[in-house]
Amino acid sequence: MISTKLVSRFFGNENARDLAWRLKNGGYEGARKALGMDPQEIVSEVITSNLRGLGGAGFPTGKKWTFVPRQSEKPKYLAVNADEAEPGTFKDRYILEWDPHRLIEGIIICCKAVGIHVAYIYIRGEYLNPYERLVAAVEDAYRQKLLGPDVMGSGFSLDVHVHRGAGAYICGEETALLESLEGKKGWPRLKPPFPALEGAFGCPTVINNVETISHLPEILLKGGKWFAELGVKNNGGTRLFAISGCVSNPGVYELPMGTTMRELIYEYAGGIKGGKALKGVIPGGTSSAVLTPDEIGTPLTFDALAALGSMAGSGAVIVLDEDICMVKALHNIESFFSHESCGQCTPCREGTGWVHKILSRIIEGNGQKSDLDTLNDFTVNMNGTSICALCEGAVMALKSFMFALKTGFTRMTRRPPALWAFLLL
Amino acid sequence: MLPTLHLIQEQQGYISPEAEEYAAQKLGLPAVEVREVVSFYTMFSTEPRGRHHIKVCDSLSCWVCGSSGIREHLRSRLGIEPGETTSDGEISWEVVPDCLGACELAPMIQLDGINKGLLTPEKLDALLDGISPVFQSREKGDQK
Repeated sequence: MISTKLVSRFFGNENARDLAWRLKNGGYEGARKALGMDPQEIVSEVITSNLRGLGGAGFPTGKKWTFVPRQSEKPKYLAVNADEAEPGTFKDRYILEWDPHRLIEGIIICCKAVGIHVAYIYIRGEYLNPYERLVAAVEDAYRQKLLGPDVMGSGFSLDVHVHRGAGAYICGEETALLESLEGKKGWPRLKPPFPALEGAFGCPTVINNVETISHLPEILLKGGKWFAELGVKNNGGTRLFAISGCVSNPGVYELPMGTTMRELIYEYAGGIKGGKALKGVIPGGTSSAVLTPDEIGTPLTFDALAALGSMAGSGAVIVLDEDICMVKALHNIESFFSHESCGQCTPCREGTGWVHKILSRIIEGNGQKSDLDTLNDFTVNMNGTSICALCEGAVMALKSFMFALKTGFTRMTRRPPALWAFLLL
Repeated sequence: MLPTLHLIQEQQGYISPEAEEYAAQKLGLPAVEVREVVSFYTMFSTEPRGRHHIKVCDSLSCWVCGSSGIREHLRSRLGIEPGETTSDGEISWEVVPDCLGACELAPMIQLDGINKGLLTPEKLDALLDGISPVFQSREKGDQK
């Protein structure tokens, strides 16, 4: 087993919440270095690192920053996506609870690189404890002049605001997040314009996930090349995997990109609870296609999972053992999507509702022969017909589980979604 | 907007129509825009809840680890349905479809916003006994 702990180094260590202790243990060294660098150099370093958005979409982070205009008459913003709500995902909570200063340090680096002076952290409303820890950490940082009008004596100004959500999965979608931040209901926006040009309050905005931002301090200190080499081609570094369900040791594991699903389940998470057989495993939150036992040799990278017709998503691995009824599991998933559809686009609002109703009927024992055909129609009619990708997530789960039901889990030709923009970076 | 509504709910326990009007005035918006936001987000309640509020996570990880049993136990122990409040106003509960983000603790609940996990019916009983002395004595009285 390889242990490469970057963002998870201080998980479980209560000292790390204390700013004075954190400063003695490498805290804010990456930010100090960044503040003395040319912004373009920072961006180049992050591009070299092959860091990809770890919220779910896997978009290259450095490249994303280059879409924001260098010179802008309007203010520029950073919105940190801490609206972690994809079922099975709890990795960002660990960062927020155990090492909030790593996130704040990453924010300073990102803002310096892009020329941003105001950052928002959008944290989901259900995360009360993480919210309180984060607010305390931000206050401590202000007191130590790590934030404010003169960050670490560099003359660079940066304000960080922590904003709570209020229970809406859709607000993890980047444009819904911006709407919510602006005080509206979280309805995703049509793109273009993309947030890099017109984001929060109509101004250029970078949106990055908590874990993505938290990788920046180490990248700055040790170099983009070092980070890239920890991972595989086009997918640098390590990643937090949150594994749960029917495994002996559920939890968060930081592993190099390229680790296989088999290693994660059997070496790190202690195998299936009770020594049972594996029936299926969801690799990246319930929006991703379920993998069959013969597919678990796959590396957990964005590209490898996309090639299988699934996706790495948020790194939330949910393990299902032989005793789990797949129809009921699918019903649970689609019940979630039907509740969380924001209601803006008809194919999603009606589609997720119908899928849920039909599955309810089937598990109550009143299924009709035509139900599978109807569900199959939904997989076509709901795909790519809505503004955001919530609907595509519902379809990806539906398609993969339906296949499992029909043939008892053998390989099928699955199509990756045309556009995966949901839960961006 | 959201911070204002959180504040109202924190102070009053729920968001009444009068509170919506008040927020609208403060924010310089029509009341309907406040209502739109209140009704969109599941954490905002438009009705009073119990002094303690329990959210049962029913997302996939909790479900495979037995959240249904936790739900049934809570129902029989409290004698009320999700969305209802015990007659003494102490406890209300709901089953939330969205994942509460603590799947390593599955099955789990949030008690007044704090995660309580790896639950069994016995652990749940101990939690309930702990939070509400009034409720505990009433329950014991019932059994006599």
